[in-house]
Amino acid sequence: MSKVELTNGTASATEHKVQQITTRTDSREILANARRDIARYHLDDYFIVDVDAHHVEFDSWSEILDHLENPVLRHNAKSMTQNWPNAKQLAFSNHPVGMTFQDVFGRIPHQCELGEHVDKTDEHRDLTLVRRAMDSMGIKMQIVFPQPMLEMGLHPEPDIVTAMTFAYNRWFTKTILPREKRVKTLLCLPFHDPDACMKMIQEFGETPGVVGFMITSQRHAGVHKNMYMRVYKELEERGLPLAFHAGPTWGDTMTSTMNRFLGVHSMSFVTCNMTHMTNWIVNGLPERLPKLKVIWIESGLAWVPFMMQRLDHEYLMRQSDAPLLKRLPSEYIREMYFTTQPLEVTIPHMLEATFKAVNAETQLMYSSDWPHWDFDVPSRIAGIPFLSEQAKRNILGETARKLFHL
Amino acid sequence: MPATSQRVYVGASARVPEGGRLVVDVGDTTIGIFRFQGQLYAYLNTCAHQGGPVCQGKIIPRVTEVIDPGGESRGFAFDESSLHIVCPWHGFEYDIKTGVHPGRPSARLIRVAVDETSEGVYVTF
Repeated sequence: MSKVELTNGTASATEHKVQQITTRTDSREILANARRDIARYHLDDYFIVDVDAHHVEFDSWSEILDHLENPVLRHNAKSMTQNWPNAKQLAFSNHPVGMTFQDVFGRIPHQCELGEHVDKTDEHRDLTLVRRAMDSMGIKMQIVFPQPMLEMGLHPEPDIVTAMTFAYNRWFTKTILPREKRVKTLLCLPFHDPDACMKMIQEFGETPGVVGFMITSQRHAGVHKNMYMRVYKELEERGLPLAFHAGPTWGDTMTSTMNRFLGVHSMSFVTCNMTHMTNWIVNGLPERLPKLKVIWIESGLAWVPFMMQRLDHEYLMRQSDAPLLKRLPSEYIREMYFTTQPLEVTIPHMLEATFKAVNAETQLMYSSDWPHWDFDVPSRIAGIPFLSEQAKRNILGETARKLFHL
Repeated sequence: MPATSQRVYVGASARVPEGGRLVVDVGDTTIGIFRFQGQLYAYLNTCAHQGGPVCQGKIIPRVTEVIDPGGESRGFAFDESSLHIVCPWHGFEYDIKTGVHPGRPSARLIRVAVDETSEGVYVTF
């Protein structure tokens, strides 16, 4: 930082050390204003749990592929990384590099890459980046998810999905999770294959730091089908929550009509979770699995009041279609858990009504989604005027502490 | 920010080039100074959205969409007469001349008074 000039002996201006934030900027500089909010909102007084954040497994891709159990698949994937320049960090994934629109074309650099300097030590680079983000935002614990691996739910080849999901989960639970008690995870399930899901739960269900399991980006499976019941029951018996982490696609019949990513991103995340919630409710899964805790992640909240009203309206006229239900669909939805991000705040009275609808004080959990382009800082919750102090505490961390036994 | 306003020298004029910016710290306050079409503009480095470091974002002309007389779209274009500063946290864009988001007038940056003499650029806040 270079001093420019002293003035009148009272104040001086110095050139700020980073003039423009890029993909190489340190996370602590990018999030410096969030660190300032810790004092402004007294966030140090809160136990903040971030229920949805991401590390970037691109840099660890080769290590992850080393964990592929099948030697032929391992050879095939490693061969792809060695011979295809564009596949070094993505072999066997379902991540389309030519369709990465999230950063609004260079306007939001941290979405593209956290390419900052990290000293080479025995510590894993990803863990250093996760800690920098947590400390900058005043977050005490973070549930960390991958990024391209989240797109496995739409991968066309089931055997690769199963193999890669096991490889990633084994790598993450061995390489990242044991090194930081503040990091927790909900592990991906290879949802197309219930046998593999059962194996996954049995292998990792008691692993320290694994606080539950999740279904990711999968949008073409009927979650109510009988073949999944043993998976759900296994989670219910173990007291482990099941999360639905939404993911978008430009390839659905609906989104394929859209010419702007704004439209795709607005609709596709939400319809992913709307579809699963509809099947979950009308097939009576809350009645069949009364103790299973279900969490809906990364779809914001505005969709939930719509679902409550719409399903209630239809159910009352077509009760025979959903004979297992003993209450209105909205009553079951109010007992589910939701994460906050991306919180839709442009119409304050609708936000307040939405918080009331979802029983936010007991069912809503803060999530940042860092380092994604539409992340939310904790002050997003701390600054909401209609929330009581206890509601803020619950949303920012106490509900998560209780749900995940943190 | 201090309770009483103060005029602070921030640097020689050349440090704020045409179409560019200089971001400075004065105590705990970070200010971005921009020059566009020969005029200086200055704002606090706090986005109206979630408080992001807006002045450290990408500077880019406003994007428009060309509609022909028949009402058909002819695609995107840059409007070089309107320069935007984009918050790097979430992409909120502001017209550098007005500090206002083009789609929501209530979303606006906090302006800082800026002036220029033969000695250089000053901010008063």
